[in-house]
Amino acid sequence: MDAVKTIPKADLQVNIGGLPLRNPVMTASGTFGYGREFENLVNLHRLGGIVVKGISIQPRPGNPPPRIVETSSGMLNAIGLENVGIERFLTEKVPYLKTLRTKVVVNILGDSLDEYAYLAEKLSGHEGIHALEVNISCPNVKKGGVAFGVDPEMAKAVTAAVKTATDLPVMIKLSPNVTDIASMAQAVEQGGADSVSLINTLIGMGIDTSSRRPKLANVIGGLSGPAIKPVALRMVWQVAQAVSIPIVGIGGIETAEDAIEFLLAGATAIQVGTANFYDPQATEKIITGLHQYLYEQKEICVRSIIGTIRLGSST
Amino acid sequence: MPNFQEKALVQAHEQLAPDIFRLTVHSPQIAQASAPGQFVMIKSSNTSDPLLRRPFSIHDVTSGGMLHLLYKVIGKGTRCLQNLSPGEQTDLIGPLGHGFQFSVQEPACLLGGGMGIAPLLYLAKSLQNVSSPRQDHQILLGARTSVELAPLVDDFQQLGYTVQAATDDGSLGHHGFVSELLEEVLPSVRTVYVCGPHPLMAAIARQCQAADVPCQVSLETHMACGLGACLGCTIYAPDKSYRHVCKHGPVFDANEVLWTL
Repeated sequence: MDAVKTIPKADLQVNIGGLPLRNPVMTASGTFGYGREFENLVNLHRLGGIVVKGISIQPRPGNPPPRIVETSSGMLNAIGLENVGIERFLTEKVPYLKTLRTKVVVNILGDSLDEYAYLAEKLSGHEGIHALEVNISCPNVKKGGVAFGVDPEMAKAVTAAVKTATDLPVMIKLSPNVTDIASMAQAVEQGGADSVSLINTLIGMGIDTSSRRPKLANVIGGLSGPAIKPVALRMVWQVAQAVSIPIVGIGGIETAEDAIEFLLAGATAIQVGTANFYDPQATEKIITGLHQYLYEQKEICVRSIIGTIRLGSST
Repeated sequence: MPNFQEKALVQAHEQLAPDIFRLTVHSPQIAQASAPGQFVMIKSSNTSDPLLRRPFSIHDVTSGGMLHLLYKVIGKGTRCLQNLSPGEQTDLIGPLGHGFQFSVQEPACLLGGGMGIAPLLYLAKSLQNVSSPRQDHQILLGARTSVELAPLVDDFQQLGYTVQAATDDGSLGHHGFVSELLEEVLPSVRTVYVCGPHPLMAAIARQCQAADVPCQVSLETHMACGLGACLGCTIYAPDKSYRHVCKHGPVFDANEVLWTL
């Protein structure tokens, strides 16, 4: 630690499509509650940003148990988007969030374009809410339950609906459960997205062999954790070549080295997800590690390493 | 409620039975802030497999900031935990959740089955500080066999309690379930604290409800964080709404839990 203190601090500021961050390290939605859950364990003021648990118009109770199961180097979850709903979020959670000296991004989810637009409008103009992240991995009830995030036209439409309803910077969180992630990113860019974040969880499942029952009551769930990092990194790299809006990398990040891989692949910022559960200090360690890396690489600014992966022959 | 993340040095790691261990760590902040029935999340390895911390109820707190955990080797996490040696460091988050309400009605019955006995030792110790003479409290402990149960019975006896034991194979005390011991003592107690396998707790909850004796249960579920963030540790309340074991529990009034679907 002493050695770290003696190195000069690099410039870690980044801008995610109109959302300025003091550093590129954020927490991923659904892994950090509404921030306060971690107040004793993390210096929240030090974070680049906090993405809070996804909010819907009505409170959602979530799925029946069991909701989570550990897998090799990862976990499956089927929480079912349990949340307090927008009214309680605004009255009970925002007063605390606005005392934090960090950027607060509110993740929103809905069943229809109207619901997304309503949430975006309702969350605008509040002190302590700095941007929106749109979860488009939800089923579109009016279109037979197909997820918005697996159809480029629907993804574009939901982006446009949210953009029309708010002046806040809008980040679209992409689902990895598609054949061509780059075309999804291009669709939301055309819809007016200020940035994209990726990846959401990969759909998976597990079976208890003695009872022959699925390990999750919901049968299928979202895989997260270090197990998905290579997939996430590949997708960020592909999207970086397809769009010009900033990218926020998510997927199995637990160390500074992980975070730097995403920056080199083209992400402007990153979100730490599952690692918050088992290593609440992960975000702070990554910030410290970024300073160290930039010093070793003789860089003074984190922005100079974004997308600087070296391809082709090493000679 | 304050909670801490603490690097804790392993002080002792005692094998009580073939698969049962007692881990003692120096964790002064967590030890000082903890109450009976609360739990800690422990990282059992430095690798990403197993990835998640594991919840363990606080078994005992002793002077000098010592925290004791009791566990049985069952799966990947506990197999890793078993490898910890004195002098090595481990990483704990705690104390977490709501523990037992024990300022209420005396005398009490403490009923534990298997590893559910773990939090009851710390509770038994704390009950010594309240009014009832300790002989009035009833301690009922059950396990599969004497080898697993005898060392735990011993702990409570050293505190001055009389213990009634039950084993599945009859090798110690009553031959049968520990729940069968409750009927006789129920008229003489005013609170029942229970921790053990789900069917045991469901049976005790029914008995207590029929006798109109308050019952507190300590529940166990899988959980990823223990902090109220992952929302994975769900149980049903009687109205089929959800409760989270890490935040609303792990200790619940038995009437707040839906025991059968």
